[in-house]
Amino acid sequence: MKKLIYLSLLTLISAISIVACNDDTKDVTDNPDLVAGTGKMTLKFDNVSGNQDLKLDSTKYTNSSGEDFTVSTLNYFISNIKLTRDDGKTYTIPQDSSYFLIRESDPKSQIVTLKQLPEGNYTGIEYIIGVDSLRSVSGIDKRVGALDPSGDPEDGGMYWAWSSGYIFLKLEGVSSKAGSANNKFYYHIGFFGGYDSKTVNNIKTVKLDFAGNKAIVAAGNVPQVRLVGDVQKVFSGPVPISIEKNPSIMFDFTLSSNAANNYKSMFSLGEITQNIAVQ
Amino acid sequence: MESIILKVLRFSVHTRTFHQVLTSILLLLLFGCQTKENTKTEAWKPTPLKWTKPTNFPDPVYNLSKNPLTEEGVALGKTLFYDQVLSKTNQISCASCHLQKAAFSHQGQSFSLGIHGQLSKRNSPAIQNMAWNPVFFWDGGVHDLDFVPFNPVQNPVEMGENVSNVIEKIKKVSDKKVVNYPKMFKAAFGTGEINSIRMMKALSQFMVTMVSADSPYDQYVAGNDNALRSEQKEGLTIFKKNCASCHAGELFTNYSFKNNGLAPLKANDTGRFDVTRLDKDKYKFKVPGLRNIGFTAPYMHDGRFKTLEEVLDHYSGNVIKSETLDPILIQENGETGINLSKEEKKKVITFLKSLDDQKFLENPTLASPKVSAF
Repeated sequence: MKKLIYLSLLTLISAISIVACNDDTKDVTDNPDLVAGTGKMTLKFDNVSGNQDLKLDSTKYTNSSGEDFTVSTLNYFISNIKLTRDDGKTYTIPQDSSYFLIRESDPKSQIVTLKQLPEGNYTGIEYIIGVDSLRSVSGIDKRVGALDPSGDPEDGGMYWAWSSGYIFLKLEGVSSKAGSANNKFYYHIGFFGGYDSKTVNNIKTVKLDFAGNKAIVAAGNVPQVRLVGDVQKVFSGPVPISIEKNPSIMFDFTLSSNAANNYKSMFSLGEITQNIAVQ
Repeated sequence: MESIILKVLRFSVHTRTFHQVLTSILLLLLFGCQTKENTKTEAWKPTPLKWTKPTNFPDPVYNLSKNPLTEEGVALGKTLFYDQVLSKTNQISCASCHLQKAAFSHQGQSFSLGIHGQLSKRNSPAIQNMAWNPVFFWDGGVHDLDFVPFNPVQNPVEMGENVSNVIEKIKKVSDKKVVNYPKMFKAAFGTGEINSIRMMKALSQFMVTMVSADSPYDQYVAGNDNALRSEQKEGLTIFKKNCASCHAGELFTNYSFKNNGLAPLKANDTGRFDVTRLDKDKYKFKVPGLRNIGFTAPYMHDGRFKTLEEVLDHYSGNVIKSETLDPILIQENGETGINLSKEEKKKVITFLKSLDDQKFLENPTLASPKVSAF
């Protein structure tokens, strides 16, 4: 008995010292429903144009206005991811770990690994295309990873220094219909609602139900959910966008919100692959 | 690591060496913990820099607790400020268009030359008393000093560079004798890691030290009645009555955006509208502070006036009526502008010169460290 007390005491102390030594400050989830676990899931953002795979520069597509176009850049932010389980409970990825920049030119960026998930069968996902307004005005210490405003030497990055906001979705390409000198079209869609003066708010939430399918997160089981992003949807939707009429959409609130209202339905569920090995 | 410990423990139970093994693991953990803590705290001790708010100034807007000033941080910020490595061509530094002898504005230049000989869109403003600034640039697109430098660096007609590329360049500086950035980042932030957060914080630290508060006017406010001549005191009274609703307080601006009745130039710069896209903001620009105004010519957002006489003549007689003209510039009789006699204008200008702080221009702590990455 004495030995048992001694043992449990030692175990307790060592457990405390292990925890005390742990430098990794774990994100605290703000979700009142489920708490973090040890499971993983990956999301694969697979961009297409209609029923064709999206290929940068090389392949010519036709938009809903019958205009030819190629794509040279497609980048977008995915943030504030929330998962729904088959028991109706939800898990919100801790916000500091929930900002991802998907770039068509960078296959690695298209795989998003969600960690510390509670185990269970997941039946749906919710996320923002873009960056929420709070983070758009937060201090520089919060601008890490995908949110680093430093820009990208290749494509100019996703931050508007002049108005202190992120570009949520950037689509650039070439079309014979674009009246610009180099036939290029530029769609840079941003605006989170403004800091001290109200701007348009183009933050769009995507909610996808897995339609009866389940992504099973369990010990030794890491599912992958393929999410299909259709670039055609930028042009088609409530207000179709014509490259000929608008080869450049950036600062005009009406055009910009038209584009955002179109692309908010660009995502659909591909398929769920159970147990993908993660690196 | 935890699982290895558990395995060892489980094994030790079988081999009846549990006590010894557990005790040594425990000691190891405690000891390991301690040494780690020690090296962490002892290795990096930056020297805090004392920063004093001038007595007649309000509390600063910049949150110094999130970026405490240190000698090392300010030194790094100063080196970056004066280093041409920030531009695409390695030819333009912040100081190219913000010269200390002009209170960190661009004396004599309506617009400034950026890379490849391109002209800026607006007049280079004075960099001074940045800690009190709640909103930056003529159009107010930025609200946080830490985000200001992204603009000139990434503006294609100014430095035309990506901040990420600047970081790559300063990481790779080969001749460490010139300026050793990794060493300076380590001194300022504890490790040699160079990233945008640290770069911006260092630049902010330096800019926060650019305080100008020792003009004859400040000495007068502090109780030295002789600091202003009688003509200047009269000018101050006229100024307070006619100009101080916008050029308010000790920083001489209320940081609002106004259309002050300048006829748009050919470029048709719509100012604040660029950021807000609201028609009511067309042709509005930030009310600039007036400290060191004698050193910061030319004046207005487009540097169209070479002298203060021209500025005052504009306000007294040349204000153009338009939809967004500030109502304060419309008199009761419907005429535009501010009613000032020739004599009054002269006195106001004499007063404005009392805001010139010669010591700020000569402050050696703000001067170029004369080193660069190239």
